[in-house]
Amino acid sequence: MTELLKNRTVPVLLFVLLALVPVYASLFDDRFVLLFATRILILALAALSLDFILGLGAMVSFGHAAYLGLGAYAIGILAAHDVWEAWISFPVVILVSALFAAVTGAISLKTRGVYFIMITLAFGQMAYYTATSLSAYGGDDGLTMWGRTEFFGTDLFANDTSFYLVVFGILLGSYLFLKQVAASRFGRVLKGARQNEARLNALGIDPFKYRLAAFVIAGVMAGLAGALLANHAEFVSPAYMSWHRSGELIVMVVLGGLGYLHGAILGAIAFLALEEILSGYTEHWRLIFGPLLILVVLYARGGILGAFKGRGK
Amino acid sequence: MSATLLAVQTLNGLQLGVLLFLIAAGLTLVFGVMDFINLAHGVQYMLGAYLAVAGYQLTGSFWAALLFALVVSLLAGLALEFLVFRHLYDRDHLDQVLATFGVILFLNEAVKVIWGAAPLSVPIPDLFDGSLQLMDNLRYPVYRLALIGSGLGVALLLYVLVTRTRIGMLVRAGATNPDMVAALGVNIRRLFMIVFGFGTMLAGFAGIMAAPILSVEPGMGDNLLILAFVVIVIGGIGSIRGAFISALLIGLVDTLGRSLTTDIARLLLPPAAANDVGPAIASMLIYILMAGVLFFRPSGLFPVARS
Repeated sequence: MTELLKNRTVPVLLFVLLALVPVYASLFDDRFVLLFATRILILALAALSLDFILGLGAMVSFGHAAYLGLGAYAIGILAAHDVWEAWISFPVVILVSALFAAVTGAISLKTRGVYFIMITLAFGQMAYYTATSLSAYGGDDGLTMWGRTEFFGTDLFANDTSFYLVVFGILLGSYLFLKQVAASRFGRVLKGARQNEARLNALGIDPFKYRLAAFVIAGVMAGLAGALLANHAEFVSPAYMSWHRSGELIVMVVLGGLGYLHGAILGAIAFLALEEILSGYTEHWRLIFGPLLILVVLYARGGILGAFKGRGK
Repeated sequence: MSATLLAVQTLNGLQLGVLLFLIAAGLTLVFGVMDFINLAHGVQYMLGAYLAVAGYQLTGSFWAALLFALVVSLLAGLALEFLVFRHLYDRDHLDQVLATFGVILFLNEAVKVIWGAAPLSVPIPDLFDGSLQLMDNLRYPVYRLALIGSGLGVALLLYVLVTRTRIGMLVRAGATNPDMVAALGVNIRRLFMIVFGFGTMLAGFAGIMAAPILSVEPGMGDNLLILAFVVIVIGGIGSIRGAFISALLIGLVDTLGRSLTTDIARLLLPPAAANDVGPAIASMLIYILMAGVLFFRPSGLFPVARS
């Protein structure tokens, strides 16, 4: 029981604190914090989905930002054709990301190790260059949306506070869903495939379709994050899918602690807060962040949650 | 498309292929021998170009700049190996990706601080100035021909080094079974360092050669790095021969694809749509090629046996 409590303390605390952000924002009339927190939660959703395949299944996808872009472009392009209703655009987002994940996953998952890293990277670039050549939808410059997605005609997305709650709800739902999946037979097969594929084969289980299913789930979630990101910025740009963004998502996951799921959320908070603070000091914040990242990789294995765990043992 | 245009585009494709080979050769050697995935290889190419600019500003001579940039590229690569990469050889690929990503962030920003964000350039050396009459109505810049020639020269040199010398034999042996090579009394760490330094110098050389014809700017290595990854994945990671063949293949497919796809799309689609679809397909072409190759041969065209 205490073990169970210990395992749940951090995520419960995390989500309670996140739920209190709008309260804080309205008390102190701090719109910046609310918008910044919304952005963090959206990228946390993408990082969470990446942790699901990276932490559980050891699939180092280096093209995960492509889904952010796919989701964002689906919303942006529909909006350009005057389709604003969430009941049309969100299913489209889900369908497009699932399709892209299924096709690229089926090819990528035939490979292993470093080939997988590079082929996912290449697919990410493919999506990126496709977006830059969409001259009808802004090409390199991106696409400005003149508004946000409507929800049955209401302004659920347009109001900052309710939009934050929508994002929060999707993140919480996704987290609980992935937690369930991880604990199920499906999740155990994924973990088993990471540890010893030969044994799994001997049991008569083909890990390929489990991996592919996980890849599609993660893709759809990241696609949703992209759809939210487009609404948040009211702007869609190829930069959403640049490989730097894919790298940053991996950094978030590893920074928080690989494989915990809520670690990815912590990592996203830490990454974006650090970026915000450092860029407040100097525009060349990457000069500090780069070496910091190297130091984390070299000396702080296990990320934020790993540090807690290491001390506890 | 006319024969002249085809010839020009073929030469342009070869030129891109040669640049890609210079970068991919180091990348594939480092990966083949050390099982080390170095994302920072692209910024080392960029560093080579910036050093050429700095060398030119100091001396006013392309040749002195070439020498200066080669030496400093090598030193910078060895310093990076000593400070960062050396501690990552025993780690998994994820850690290597992350740490070298950190190096990219740092170096891309560092050149911005030192040289500014505006594109820089190095003039073409006098020796290779002007252009050559290749066909009736085709003139092609001498420098670009020299670039293709020097790339092919490096490829030949590498071939001789890898297949005919003792160090090349050790590199090949190290790529197949590093533990056995170490057990036979070869200082594998020193071998790693030589291979790494050499690979860095090749990337730096590519950067120097590109400096007079491409704009030297922060992030210039990032796109080429991705292309170099595509090259070594298609060629088979660890294979120099594979890297050479697939670099030329990628260079040609990418360059010719860009001028041909719109024409082909026009045959099937109305002109306005073709102008949209053509470039999109052109930029996807090499990735489609890679996906196709990997689907049928998951370890590339020239897989290296590893034990």
